[in-house]
Amino acid sequence: MSVELTGAEITIRCLQEEGVQCIFGYPGGAVLFIYDELFKQDKVRHILVRHEQAAIHAADGYARSSNKVGVALVTSGPGVTNAVTGIATAYMDSIPMVVISGQVPTSAIGLDAFQEVDTVGITRPCVKHNFLVKDVTELALTIKKAFYIASTGRPGPVLVDIPKDVSQQKTKFEYPDKISMRSYNPVTKGHTRQIKKAAELILSAKRPMVYAGGGVILSDAAPQLTELTQMLNFPCTNTLMGLGGYPATDKQSLGMLGMHGTYEANMAMQYCDVLIAVGARFDDRVIGNPKHFFNENRKIIHIDIDPSSISKRVKVDVPIVGDVLDVLKELIKLLKAEKEKPDQTALKEWWKQIELWRERDCLKFDRSSKIIKPQMVIEKLFNVTKGDAFITSDVGQHQMWAAQFYKFDKPRRWINSGGLGTMGFGMPAAMGVQLANPKGKVACITGEASIQMCIQELSTCKQYKLPLKIINLNNRYMGMVRQWQEFFHGNRYAESYMNALPDFVKLAESYGHVGMKIEKPEDVEDALKEAFKLKDQLVFMDFITDQTENVFPMVPGGKGLSEMILV
Amino acid sequence: MENEAGALSRVAGLFSARGYNIESLSVAPTEDPTLSRMTLVTIGSDEVVEQVTKQLNKLIEVVKIIDLNDGNHIERELMLVKIRAVGPDREEIKRLAEIFRGSIIDVTDKSYTIELTGTSSKLDAFLEAIERSAVLETVRTGASGIGRGEWVLKV
Repeated sequence: MSVELTGAEITIRCLQEEGVQCIFGYPGGAVLFIYDELFKQDKVRHILVRHEQAAIHAADGYARSSNKVGVALVTSGPGVTNAVTGIATAYMDSIPMVVISGQVPTSAIGLDAFQEVDTVGITRPCVKHNFLVKDVTELALTIKKAFYIASTGRPGPVLVDIPKDVSQQKTKFEYPDKISMRSYNPVTKGHTRQIKKAAELILSAKRPMVYAGGGVILSDAAPQLTELTQMLNFPCTNTLMGLGGYPATDKQSLGMLGMHGTYEANMAMQYCDVLIAVGARFDDRVIGNPKHFFNENRKIIHIDIDPSSISKRVKVDVPIVGDVLDVLKELIKLLKAEKEKPDQTALKEWWKQIELWRERDCLKFDRSSKIIKPQMVIEKLFNVTKGDAFITSDVGQHQMWAAQFYKFDKPRRWINSGGLGTMGFGMPAAMGVQLANPKGKVACITGEASIQMCIQELSTCKQYKLPLKIINLNNRYMGMVRQWQEFFHGNRYAESYMNALPDFVKLAESYGHVGMKIEKPEDVEDALKEAFKLKDQLVFMDFITDQTENVFPMVPGGKGLSEMILV
Repeated sequence: MENEAGALSRVAGLFSARGYNIESLSVAPTEDPTLSRMTLVTIGSDEVVEQVTKQLNKLIEVVKIIDLNDGNHIERELMLVKIRAVGPDREEIKRLAEIFRGSIIDVTDKSYTIELTGTSSKLDAFLEAIERSAVLETVRTGASGIGRGEWVLKV
C-alpha cells in the first residue's frame, strides 16, 4: 500500500491535491526531475514563459483575477534572481502565490556551486514566508504549509526551495487535509465591541467618507462594501488597488483618491468628519503628507486583517483587526438592527458640497485635439468593451489614466502593480488573467517604455494562443518620468526619451500576431472595435499619442491632499 | 520562536529592513528543544515599539512576543572582561571585582579575566570604574529578561 514516491513526484502530487490547474515556469538543471514528473501527467498544465519574471507576473495575474493561489516553478540561481522582481511585486500587493524553486543538491549548498544562490536569503524580505526543504519527508507538509500561509490572513507569496537531491529521494506520500501551526493563527472575526463602536461612530457622522482599498478585493467583499455604502448613502472612494470594490459608475462613487485621484475624492478625504477605511493602508501615494492630513479633525475607523497596517502611518480611533468580509457583514447587521440613522440634513449638505467639487470636472481633457489623447483611448476602450473587460496595466502615466478613465464596476477586473510599481508587469499578468478566464476579454494598457521590459512574452502568447489586446499608448517618452521632470526638474528631460523604438506593428507580426498603428483620433474607436472582433488573436495596437499630456490632478510629493495641481 | 534555521535572520533582517535599532539580542533553545527564546533590546518611541511588536508578530516563526516593560521584570547580562593587572593594580582590580560581585575566572601574571553578571547598566558601571586603557578585551551576551513573580510566558 505504502508506495514510495520521489520528491519530484510528491511536488506534483501536492499541486494536484491543492487543485492547481495551471502553473507558470521555466525549466533548468535543478528542477529537471520536477519537470520530468510534470511531463508524465496531465492534471497540472504548465505554461512556458520566456523569462522567469514573466512566470511570476503571470501567476500573479492568474491569482488576482481568480482568487486562486498563483503557482510558479523556476530553477536555481538566475531562475530565482529573475523571479525576485515578480515576487516583490506580489508581496507589495498581498497576492496569494506559491513559488517553487530548484536548488543545487544539499551536498553542494554553500560551496558556490553552479547556479547556486542563497534563495531563501535573497527572497526573505519580499515573501510572506519561505522554506528550504532539506529532507524529502518534510516536503509534502511544507508545500501544504506554503499554500495555507499564502492564502490565509493577509495573503502573500510563499517560496519553497527544493534541492535537486531532495527531488530525487523517495518517501511515502501523505498529504494532510488540514493544518494548524502554533506560530501562525491569522484572525478572521473582528472584535464585537470594536465593531459596535464603529457603528456608533458611523451613526454620529455628519460628513462621512468610505475609503476602500485592495483588502476589499482580496477578501471578496465588494458586495458587502457596496451594500454598506448604499444603505447609508455615503460617498465612497477606492484606492488604486481597490478599484472595482465599489461600482465606479454609481453616483456615490467619487472615483480614485490619492496622488492622481479625483478632486472630489481628495477633498472629501480631507474634509470628512468620519472616515471608514476598509482594507486600505493610508500609504504615501494615497494621503500625501500625513501632517497636512491631520490639519483637519476627523475620526477614523480602520478595518484591516493586518494589525501592523493599523496606526502605521496615521493614528486611528477605532481599529478593527479582522477579515474585511466578516467585519463588514457584522457591521451591516448591527446597522440594520439600529433604529437611528445618521443626520440626514447634514448628509444632504455634505453631498451638496461634494457635487460642487465634482463640478470642477477634474478629469477634463481636450476632446477636439488633432493628436490622440491617451485619456480618449481609455474612454473608447471602456465603451467598446462595455466596461466588462479585464484590464491589466504597466506602470506610469498610462496606468493612472487607465485607473481614472476605465470605470470598474466589478472586482478583480483591474490588475496592476500598485505597491511596487513594476514596469513590465502588464503583458505577463494579462497572460495569467486570460488563462484564468479563457472566455474573458483581456486588455493590457501599456506604454512604449513599459511594454519593452517584458516584450519577449509575445512569444508565449503565440504558443498558447492568448488573444490579448495590447493598448500601447506610445508617446515616445517615459511619460511619468517626463511629467516629473517638467514639473520639478526644470524641463530637463534626462534620459526619459524613448529613442530607437521598434516598429511595433512589424514586431507583433514577426511573432505571428496582428499589429495596428493608430495615429488619428477619429480612427481610435474603429481600431478598437476591429481588434476585439479578432477574438482568437493577439492584437498589438500602437496608439501614437500626445507627447505633452500630463496626468491631472496631481498631489505633488510631500504635499497634502487638498493641494492638488489641477488642469 | 520556532527553533529553526533562519528564524534568527528573519528577526535581524526585519530590523534592518525597517530601520529599527537592535541594542542587543540574545537567543538560545529552551527546555522545549523545538522552541528558542530571544530577548531583544530596542529603543524607540511607543509608536515605533508598537510597530516593531506587530511586525515581529507577523513573522511566521515567531510564536509569542511580550514587552517586558509592560510589567515588572528582571534582566541580566553576562560579561567576560580581560583586564591588564600588574603591580599595585592587581589588588585594586580584585577588590573592584568583589564589590561588583564578579569572579576572576582566569589569571596570568599580567592579566585577570573577570566574569560579571548583572543589568547592562551595572556592567557599564564596572567598566567605567576601571581605567580605560586597562581594559584589554570585553565580550557581552546582551540582556536576557524574564517577568517577575509567578506569571510565566507559555506557548
